[in-house]
Amino acid sequence: MVINESIKGWDRNQMAQKVAFDIPDGTYVNLGIGIPELVAGFVPAGREVIYHTENGLLGMGPAPEAGKEDPELINAGKKCVTAIPGACFFHHADSFTMIRGRHIDICVLGALQVSGEGDLANWSTGEPGAIPAVGGAMDLVAGVKTIFAITQHLTKEGEPKIVKECTYPLTGKGVVNTIYTDLAILDFTDKGLFVREMAPGVTFEYLQQVTDATLYQ
Amino acid sequence: MINKIVKSTAEAVADIFDGAVVMISGFGEAGSPIELIHALIDRGAKNLTVVSNNTGSGHVGIAALIENKQVKKMICSFPRTTNSIVFPELYKKGEIELELVPQGTLAERIRAGGAGIPAFYTPTSVNTPLAEGKEIRVFNDQPFVMEYGIRADFSLVKCKTADRYGNLIYNKTARNFGPVMCTAAETTIVQAGEIVELGGIDPETVVTPGIFVKKVVEIPNPAEESKLVKENRRYPW
Repeated sequence: MVINESIKGWDRNQMAQKVAFDIPDGTYVNLGIGIPELVAGFVPAGREVIYHTENGLLGMGPAPEAGKEDPELINAGKKCVTAIPGACFFHHADSFTMIRGRHIDICVLGALQVSGEGDLANWSTGEPGAIPAVGGAMDLVAGVKTIFAITQHLTKEGEPKIVKECTYPLTGKGVVNTIYTDLAILDFTDKGLFVREMAPGVTFEYLQQVTDATLYQ
Repeated sequence: MINKIVKSTAEAVADIFDGAVVMISGFGEAGSPIELIHALIDRGAKNLTVVSNNTGSGHVGIAALIENKQVKKMICSFPRTTNSIVFPELYKKGEIELELVPQGTLAERIRAGGAGIPAFYTPTSVNTPLAEGKEIRVFNDQPFVMEYGIRADFSLVKCKTADRYGNLIYNKTARNFGPVMCTAAETTIVQAGEIVELGGIDPETVVTPGIFVKKVVEIPNPAEESKLVKENRRYPW
Protein backbone atom coordinates (compact mmCIF):
# COMPACT_ATOMS: atom_id res chain seq x y z
CA MET A 1 0.00 0.00 0.00
CA VAL A 2 1.43 3.37 -1.03
CA ILE A 3 -0.05 6.47 0.60
CA ASN A 4 -0.17 9.49 -1.67
CA GLU A 5 0.82 12.37 0.63
CA SER A 6 -0.25 14.97 -1.97
CA ILE A 7 -3.92 14.01 -1.49
CA LYS A 8 -5.20 16.17 1.35
CA GLY A 9 -8.77 14.83 1.40
CA TRP A 10 -11.63 16.52 3.24
CA ASP A 11 -10.95 18.04 6.65
CA ARG A 12 -13.04 17.23 9.73
CA ASN A 13 -15.46 20.09 9.11
CA GLN A 14 -15.94 19.09 5.47
CA MET A 15 -16.60 15.50 6.54
CA ALA A 16 -19.16 16.70 9.08
CA GLN A 17 -20.73 18.87 6.36
CA LYS A 18 -21.11 15.83 4.07
CA VAL A 19 -22.90 13.95 6.85
CA ALA A 20 -25.11 16.94 7.66
CA PHE A 21 -26.19 17.18 4.03
CA ASP A 22 -27.55 13.59 4.27
CA ILE A 23 -29.71 14.33 7.31
CA PRO A 24 -33.25 15.01 6.05
CA ASP A 25 -35.67 17.59 7.43
CA GLY A 26 -37.76 16.38 10.37
CA THR A 27 -35.46 13.61 11.62
CA TYR A 28 -34.47 12.61 15.14
CA VAL A 29 -30.70 12.22 15.31
CA ASN A 30 -28.23 10.93 17.89
CA LEU A 31 -24.69 12.27 17.54
CA GLY A 32 -21.76 10.37 19.03
CA ILE A 33 -18.74 11.89 20.73
CA GLY A 34 -15.88 13.49 18.72
CA ILE A 35 -16.20 14.33 14.99
CA PRO A 36 -19.96 13.49 15.07
CA GLU A 37 -20.48 16.46 17.42
CA LEU A 38 -19.42 18.80 14.57
CA VAL A 39 -22.33 17.66 12.38
CA ALA A 40 -24.95 19.79 14.16
CA GLY A 41 -23.15 22.93 13.01
CA PHE A 42 -23.64 22.14 9.31
CA VAL A 43 -27.27 21.15 8.88
CA PRO A 44 -28.50 23.10 5.82
CA ALA A 45 -30.83 26.03 6.46
CA GLY A 46 -34.53 25.21 6.32
CA ARG A 47 -34.16 21.73 7.84
CA GLU A 48 -35.46 21.09 11.35
CA VAL A 49 -33.53 18.31 13.09
CA ILE A 50 -34.04 17.21 16.72
CA TYR A 51 -30.94 15.97 18.52
CA HIS A 52 -31.21 13.16 21.05
CA THR A 53 -28.58 12.59 23.70
CA GLU A 54 -28.87 9.23 25.42
CA ASN A 55 -28.44 10.64 28.91
CA GLY A 56 -31.98 11.97 28.72
CA LEU A 57 -32.54 14.97 26.45
CA LEU A 58 -34.44 15.35 23.20
CA GLY A 59 -33.87 18.80 21.73
CA MET A 60 -30.22 19.30 22.55
CA GLY A 61 -28.92 22.74 21.59
CA PRO A 62 -25.39 24.09 21.17
CA ALA A 63 -22.84 24.62 23.95
CA PRO A 64 -23.81 27.40 26.40
CA GLU A 65 -22.08 30.79 26.54
CA ALA A 66 -19.15 31.00 28.92
CA GLY A 67 -20.40 31.38 32.48
CA LYS A 68 -23.80 29.84 31.73
CA GLU A 69 -22.73 26.18 32.02
CA ASP A 70 -24.98 23.92 34.09
CA PRO A 71 -23.32 20.68 35.28
CA GLU A 72 -26.76 19.06 35.33
CA LEU A 73 -27.38 19.84 31.64
CA ILE A 74 -24.87 17.75 29.72
CA ASN A 75 -24.53 15.53 26.67
CA ALA A 76 -23.41 11.91 26.38
CA GLY A 77 -19.79 13.12 26.30
CA LYS A 78 -20.47 14.83 29.66
CA LYS A 79 -19.98 18.28 28.11
CA CYS A 80 -22.31 21.14 29.01
CA VAL A 81 -25.03 21.79 26.42
CA THR A 82 -28.29 23.73 26.19
CA ALA A 83 -31.89 22.66 25.67
CA ILE A 84 -33.85 24.22 22.77
CA PRO A 85 -37.42 25.53 23.21
CA GLY A 86 -39.58 22.41 22.88
CA ALA A 87 -36.96 20.14 24.43
CA CYS A 88 -37.83 17.43 26.95
CA PHE A 89 -36.02 15.44 29.63
CA PHE A 90 -36.58 11.76 30.44
CA HIS A 91 -34.96 8.91 32.34
CA HIS A 92 -32.51 6.36 30.96
CA ALA A 93 -34.97 3.52 30.35
CA ASP A 94 -37.15 5.86 28.27
CA SER A 95 -34.10 7.17 26.46
CA PHE A 96 -33.08 3.67 25.39
CA THR A 97 -36.69 2.85 24.54
CA MET A 98 -36.28 5.58 21.93
CA ILE A 99 -33.03 3.98 20.76
CA ARG A 100 -33.77 0.25 20.88
CA GLY A 101 -37.41 0.71 19.94
CA ARG A 102 -36.38 2.11 16.53
CA HIS A 103 -37.70 5.63 17.17
CA ILE A 104 -34.41 7.44 16.45
CA ASP A 105 -33.87 7.90 12.70
CA ILE A 106 -30.13 8.42 12.37
CA CYS A 107 -27.07 7.88 14.54
CA VAL A 108 -23.67 9.32 13.63
CA LEU A 109 -20.82 7.39 15.26
CA GLY A 110 -17.04 7.29 15.17
CA ALA A 111 -15.29 4.05 14.18
CA LEU A 112 -12.10 2.16 14.90
CA GLN A 113 -12.86 -0.29 12.07
CA VAL A 114 -15.72 -0.95 9.64
CA SER A 115 -15.83 -4.19 7.65
CA GLY A 116 -16.93 -4.71 4.06
CA GLU A 117 -20.08 -6.31 5.50
CA GLY A 118 -20.96 -3.22 7.56
CA ASP A 119 -19.68 -4.62 10.86
CA LEU A 120 -18.63 -1.85 13.26
CA ALA A 121 -15.89 -1.91 15.91
CA ASN A 122 -15.75 1.30 17.93
CA TRP A 123 -15.59 0.49 21.65
CA SER A 124 -12.42 -1.45 22.36
CA THR A 125 -9.09 -2.31 20.80
CA GLY A 126 -9.21 -5.55 22.79
CA GLU A 127 -5.70 -4.97 24.15
CA PRO A 128 -4.96 -6.99 27.28
CA GLY A 129 -5.06 -4.79 30.38
CA ALA A 130 -7.14 -2.10 28.64
CA ILE A 131 -10.23 -1.11 30.60
CA PRO A 132 -13.26 -1.94 28.50
CA ALA A 133 -15.96 0.75 28.30
CA VAL A 134 -18.96 0.48 26.00
CA GLY A 135 -21.49 3.16 26.99
CA GLY A 136 -24.49 3.28 24.67
CA ALA A 137 -22.76 2.31 21.40
CA MET A 138 -24.10 -1.26 21.20
CA ASP A 139 -27.66 -0.12 21.92
CA LEU A 140 -27.43 2.61 19.27
CA VAL A 141 -26.29 0.29 16.48
CA ALA A 142 -28.85 -2.34 17.50
CA GLY A 143 -31.79 0.03 17.44
CA VAL A 144 -31.31 3.18 15.38
CA LYS A 145 -32.73 2.88 11.85
CA THR A 146 -29.77 4.36 9.95
CA ILE A 147 -26.14 4.30 11.10
CA PHE A 148 -23.59 6.74 9.66
CA ALA A 149 -19.95 6.05 10.54
CA ILE A 150 -17.61 9.04 10.30
CA THR A 151 -13.89 8.36 10.49
CA GLN A 152 -10.49 9.01 8.95
CA HIS A 153 -9.87 6.56 6.11
CA LEU A 154 -6.59 5.38 7.65
CA THR A 155 -5.28 5.04 11.20
CA LYS A 156 -2.55 7.38 12.45
CA GLU A 157 -0.12 4.58 11.57
CA GLY A 158 -1.45 4.52 7.98
CA GLU A 159 -3.39 1.24 8.32
CA PRO A 160 -6.77 0.86 6.58
CA LYS A 161 -9.79 1.28 8.88
CA ILE A 162 -12.18 -0.13 6.28
CA VAL A 163 -11.26 -3.78 6.39
CA LYS A 164 -12.38 -7.17 5.09
CA GLU A 165 -13.03 -8.30 8.65
CA CYS A 166 -12.78 -6.34 11.89
CA THR A 167 -9.93 -7.48 14.15
CA TYR A 168 -11.19 -5.41 17.08
CA PRO A 169 -14.19 -6.58 19.16
CA LEU A 170 -17.47 -5.79 17.39
CA THR A 171 -20.01 -3.19 18.46
CA GLY A 172 -22.55 -4.66 16.03
CA LYS A 173 -22.68 -6.92 12.98
CA GLY A 174 -23.86 -5.58 9.60
CA VAL A 175 -25.10 -2.33 11.11
CA VAL A 176 -23.41 0.52 9.17
CA ASN A 177 -25.31 2.12 6.27
CA THR A 178 -22.82 4.76 5.10
CA ILE A 179 -19.17 5.57 5.85
CA TYR A 180 -17.90 9.16 5.59
CA THR A 181 -14.11 9.45 5.53
CA ASP A 182 -11.61 12.14 4.60
CA LEU A 183 -11.28 10.43 1.20
CA ALA A 184 -14.77 9.24 0.22
CA ILE A 185 -18.41 8.53 0.99
CA LEU A 186 -19.19 4.80 0.84
CA ASP A 187 -22.69 3.25 0.87
CA PHE A 188 -23.48 -0.31 1.92
CA THR A 189 -25.90 -2.04 -0.47
CA ASP A 190 -27.02 -5.64 -0.96
CA LYS A 191 -24.35 -5.92 -3.64
CA GLY A 192 -21.45 -4.57 -1.60
CA LEU A 193 -19.72 -1.37 -0.59
CA PHE A 194 -20.23 1.31 -3.26
CA VAL A 195 -18.27 4.53 -3.71
CA ARG A 196 -20.70 7.46 -3.88
CA GLU A 197 -18.27 10.38 -3.84
CA MET A 198 -14.52 10.90 -3.65
CA ALA A 199 -12.51 13.85 -2.28
CA PRO A 200 -10.64 16.01 -4.81
CA GLY A 201 -7.69 14.16 -6.34
CA VAL A 202 -8.81 10.71 -5.18
CA THR A 203 -9.25 8.04 -7.88
CA PHE A 204 -11.15 4.77 -7.50
CA GLU A 205 -7.89 2.84 -7.96
CA TYR A 206 -6.18 4.83 -5.23
CA LEU A 207 -9.17 4.48 -2.89
CA GLN A 208 -9.21 0.70 -3.34
CA GLN A 209 -5.48 0.58 -2.69
CA VAL A 210 -5.91 2.21 0.74
CA THR A 211 -9.03 0.17 1.56
CA ASP A 212 -8.75 -3.45 2.68
CA ALA A 213 -12.43 -4.24 1.95
CA THR A 214 -13.54 -4.65 -1.69
CA LEU A 215 -15.09 -1.50 -3.20
CA TYR A 216 -17.51 -1.13 -6.11
CA GLN A 217 -18.31 1.84 -8.33
CA MET B 1 -48.60 9.40 59.56
CA ILE B 2 -46.25 8.78 56.69
CA ASN B 3 -43.09 10.80 56.94
CA LYS B 4 -40.07 9.62 54.95
CA ILE B 5 -37.95 12.63 55.83
CA VAL B 6 -34.82 11.89 57.84
CA LYS B 7 -32.66 14.57 59.43
CA SER B 8 -29.18 13.58 58.31
CA THR B 9 -27.32 11.67 55.63
CA ALA B 10 -25.83 9.50 58.39
CA GLU B 11 -29.33 8.45 59.47
CA ALA B 12 -30.30 7.92 55.82
CA VAL B 13 -27.55 5.35 55.17
CA ALA B 14 -27.42 3.83 58.68
CA ASP B 15 -28.87 0.47 57.58
CA ILE B 16 -26.50 -0.20 54.66
CA PHE B 17 -24.72 -3.44 55.51
CA ASP B 18 -21.56 -5.26 54.40
CA GLY B 19 -22.09 -7.15 51.14
CA ALA B 20 -25.10 -5.06 50.04
CA VAL B 21 -25.95 -4.36 46.41
CA VAL B 22 -26.19 -0.57 46.08
CA MET B 23 -27.43 1.35 43.05
CA ILE B 24 -26.10 4.90 42.73
CA SER B 25 -27.80 7.37 40.35
CA GLY B 26 -25.91 9.71 38.05
CA PHE B 27 -24.34 10.06 34.64
CA GLY B 28 -20.90 11.39 35.48
CA GLU B 29 -21.53 14.03 38.11
CA ALA B 30 -25.03 14.90 36.87
CA GLY B 31 -27.41 13.28 39.36
CA SER B 32 -24.71 11.69 41.51
CA PRO B 33 -25.81 11.81 45.19
CA ILE B 34 -22.42 12.88 46.48
CA GLU B 35 -23.48 13.67 50.07
CA LEU B 36 -25.14 10.24 50.46
CA ILE B 37 -22.05 8.53 49.02
CA HIS B 38 -19.83 10.38 51.47
CA ALA B 39 -22.14 9.32 54.32
CA LEU B 40 -21.74 5.72 53.11
CA ILE B 41 -17.96 6.17 53.29
CA ASP B 42 -18.36 7.37 56.91
CA ARG B 43 -20.62 4.37 57.60
CA GLY B 44 -17.88 2.06 56.29
CA ALA B 45 -19.97 -0.82 54.89
CA LYS B 46 -17.68 -3.08 52.84
CA ASN B 47 -17.80 -5.70 50.06
CA LEU B 48 -20.45 -3.69 48.26
CA THR B 49 -21.61 -4.39 44.73
CA VAL B 50 -22.24 -0.99 43.18
CA VAL B 51 -24.48 -0.49 40.16
CA SER B 52 -23.82 2.90 38.53
CA ASN B 53 -23.14 4.09 34.98
CA ASN B 54 -19.59 5.30 35.74
CA THR B 55 -16.89 4.79 38.36
CA GLY B 56 -16.49 8.39 39.50
CA SER B 57 -13.75 10.96 38.98
CA GLY B 58 -10.96 12.37 41.12
CA HIS B 59 -11.04 11.33 44.77
CA VAL B 60 -14.62 12.23 45.76
CA GLY B 61 -18.04 10.59 45.41
CA ILE B 62 -18.05 7.07 43.90
CA ALA B 63 -14.30 7.25 43.23
CA ALA B 64 -13.70 7.90 46.97
CA LEU B 65 -16.00 5.00 47.90
CA ILE B 66 -13.92 2.74 45.63
CA GLU B 67 -10.63 4.19 46.87
CA ASN B 68 -11.75 3.47 50.45
CA LYS B 69 -11.86 -0.26 49.46
CA GLN B 70 -15.59 -0.59 50.14
CA VAL B 71 -16.51 -1.83 46.67
CA LYS B 72 -15.97 -5.45 45.64
CA LYS B 73 -17.61 -5.21 42.24
CA MET B 74 -18.80 -2.50 39.84
CA ILE B 75 -21.66 -3.08 37.41
CA CYS B 76 -21.46 -0.22 34.91
CA SER B 77 -21.36 0.76 31.22
CA PHE B 78 -18.46 3.21 31.14
CA PRO B 79 -15.81 2.69 33.81
CA ARG B 80 -13.32 5.19 32.46
CA THR B 81 -14.03 8.88 32.15
CA THR B 82 -11.94 12.02 32.17
CA ASN B 83 -10.33 12.30 35.62
CA SER B 84 -11.19 8.68 36.40
CA ILE B 85 -8.07 7.51 38.23
CA VAL B 86 -9.10 5.30 41.14
CA PHE B 87 -11.03 2.54 39.39
CA PRO B 88 -8.52 1.97 36.54
CA GLU B 89 -5.67 1.55 39.05
CA LEU B 90 -7.50 -0.99 41.21
CA TYR B 91 -8.84 -2.83 38.15
CA LYS B 92 -5.36 -3.20 36.67
CA LYS B 93 -4.15 -4.60 40.00
CA GLY B 94 -7.06 -7.08 40.00
CA GLU B 95 -8.45 -5.60 43.21
CA ILE B 96 -11.95 -4.83 41.94
CA GLU B 97 -14.36 -6.79 39.72
CA LEU B 98 -16.10 -5.29 36.71
CA GLU B 99 -19.29 -6.38 35.01
CA LEU B 100 -19.48 -4.31 31.84
CA VAL B 101 -23.04 -3.78 30.59
CA PRO B 102 -24.19 -1.74 27.57
CA GLN B 103 -25.83 1.44 28.84
CA GLY B 104 -29.32 0.67 27.52
CA THR B 105 -29.13 -2.89 28.79
CA LEU B 106 -28.09 -1.54 32.20
CA ALA B 107 -31.08 0.82 32.27
CA GLU B 108 -33.45 -1.94 31.15
CA ARG B 109 -32.05 -4.49 33.62
CA ILE B 110 -32.73 -2.00 36.41
CA ARG B 111 -36.19 -1.15 35.03
CA ALA B 112 -37.02 -4.88 34.74
CA GLY B 113 -35.79 -5.56 38.27
CA GLY B 114 -38.04 -2.81 39.59
CA ALA B 115 -40.99 -4.03 37.54
CA GLY B 116 -40.79 -7.65 38.70
CA ILE B 117 -39.48 -8.96 35.37
CA PRO B 118 -36.68 -11.50 36.02
CA ALA B 119 -35.19 -11.48 32.53
CA PHE B 120 -35.78 -10.21 29.00
CA TYR B 121 -34.36 -10.43 25.47
CA THR B 122 -32.62 -7.51 23.77
CA PRO B 123 -30.95 -7.02 20.36
CA THR B 124 -28.11 -5.08 22.01
CA SER B 125 -24.69 -6.81 22.05
CA VAL B 126 -25.68 -9.75 19.82
CA ASN B 127 -22.57 -10.98 17.91
CA THR B 128 -20.25 -9.11 20.27
CA PRO B 129 -18.02 -10.28 23.15
CA LEU B 130 -20.56 -8.94 25.65
CA ALA B 131 -23.08 -11.61 24.56
CA GLU B 132 -20.64 -14.50 25.03
CA GLY B 133 -21.99 -17.24 27.29
CA LYS B 134 -25.49 -15.76 27.29
CA GLU B 135 -28.65 -17.40 25.95
CA ILE B 136 -29.52 -16.32 22.39
CA ARG B 137 -33.05 -16.73 21.09
CA VAL B 138 -34.47 -15.95 17.68
CA PHE B 139 -37.72 -13.99 17.34
CA ASN B 140 -39.01 -13.08 13.85
CA ASP B 141 -35.72 -14.29 12.30
CA GLN B 142 -33.63 -11.93 14.44
CA PRO B 143 -31.33 -13.04 17.29
CA PHE B 144 -31.72 -11.55 20.76
CA VAL B 145 -29.66 -12.02 23.92
CA MET B 146 -31.19 -12.77 27.30
CA GLU B 147 -30.36 -10.38 30.11
CA TYR B 148 -31.41 -10.57 33.76
CA GLY B 149 -33.21 -7.88 35.72
CA ILE B 150 -31.22 -6.39 38.61
CA ARG B 151 -32.52 -5.66 42.07
CA ALA B 152 -30.60 -3.94 44.83
CA ASP B 153 -30.72 -3.77 48.60
CA PHE B 154 -30.37 0.02 48.46
CA SER B 155 -30.56 2.80 45.87
CA LEU B 156 -28.93 6.17 46.51
CA VAL B 157 -30.54 8.83 44.33
CA LYS B 158 -30.30 12.59 43.90
CA CYS B 159 -33.29 14.72 42.94
CA LYS B 160 -34.33 18.35 42.89
CA THR B 161 -37.56 18.40 44.88
CA ALA B 162 -39.30 15.91 47.18
CA ASP B 163 -42.20 15.82 49.65
CA ARG B 164 -42.65 13.73 52.81
CA TYR B 165 -44.45 11.00 50.83
CA GLY B 166 -41.31 10.56 48.70
CA ASN B 167 -42.72 12.00 45.47
CA LEU B 168 -39.80 13.30 43.41
CA ILE B 169 -38.94 15.58 40.55
CA TYR B 170 -35.50 15.86 39.04
CA ASN B 171 -33.30 18.50 37.39
CA LYS B 172 -32.64 18.33 33.63
CA THR B 173 -30.22 15.57 32.57
CA ALA B 174 -29.49 14.79 36.25
CA ARG B 175 -32.63 12.62 36.08
CA ASN B 176 -30.88 9.83 34.09
CA PHE B 177 -30.86 6.58 36.12
CA GLY B 178 -32.68 8.00 39.19
CA PRO B 179 -36.28 7.02 38.37
CA VAL B 180 -35.50 3.40 37.43
CA MET B 181 -33.13 2.93 40.38
CA CYS B 182 -35.84 4.16 42.77
CA THR B 183 -38.05 1.27 41.64
CA ALA B 184 -35.43 -1.48 41.89
CA ALA B 185 -34.24 -1.40 45.51
CA GLU B 186 -35.68 -2.73 48.76
CA THR B 187 -34.73 0.61 50.31
CA THR B 188 -34.46 3.75 48.19
CA ILE B 189 -32.70 6.66 49.85
CA VAL B 190 -32.96 10.09 48.24
CA GLN B 191 -31.14 13.37 48.69
CA ALA B 192 -33.33 16.27 47.57
CA GLY B 193 -32.33 19.86 46.94
CA GLU B 194 -35.53 20.93 48.65
CA ILE B 195 -38.41 19.31 50.50
CA VAL B 196 -41.82 20.90 49.98
CA GLU B 197 -45.20 20.51 51.67
CA LEU B 198 -47.61 17.84 50.36
CA GLY B 199 -49.30 19.35 47.32
CA GLY B 200 -46.24 21.47 46.62
CA ILE B 201 -45.45 19.21 43.66
CA ASP B 202 -48.12 19.21 40.95
CA PRO B 203 -49.32 15.55 40.72
CA GLU B 204 -49.12 15.83 36.92
CA THR B 205 -45.39 16.50 37.11
CA VAL B 206 -44.34 13.86 39.67
CA VAL B 207 -41.60 11.76 38.03
CA THR B 208 -41.01 9.20 40.80
CA PRO B 209 -44.18 8.30 42.73
CA GLY B 210 -43.53 8.23 46.48
CA ILE B 211 -44.31 4.52 46.82
CA PHE B 212 -40.83 3.73 45.46
CA VAL B 213 -39.02 5.83 48.07
CA LYS B 214 -38.24 4.98 51.73
CA LYS B 215 -36.10 7.87 52.99
CA VAL B 216 -35.55 11.49 51.95
CA VAL B 217 -32.90 13.86 53.27
CA GLU B 218 -32.72 17.53 52.32
CA ILE B 219 -29.37 18.75 50.96
CA PRO B 220 -30.02 22.34 49.84
CA ASN B 221 -26.63 23.06 48.28
CA PRO B 222 -25.09 19.80 47.10
CA ALA B 223 -21.37 19.83 46.26
CA GLU B 224 -20.39 19.95 42.60
CA GLU B 225 -18.16 16.98 41.85
CA SER B 226 -16.28 18.70 39.04
CA LYS B 227 -15.40 21.65 41.30
CA LEU B 228 -14.11 19.31 44.01
CA VAL B 229 -12.07 17.42 41.41
CA LYS B 230 -10.64 20.67 40.06
CA GLU B 231 -9.63 21.67 43.61
CA ASN B 232 -8.09 18.19 44.01
CA ARG B 233 -10.21 17.53 47.12
CA ARG B 234 -10.29 14.07 48.68
CA TYR B 235 -12.97 12.43 50.79
CA PRO B 236 -12.76 11.86 53.75
CA TRP B 237 -11.81 15.56 53.96
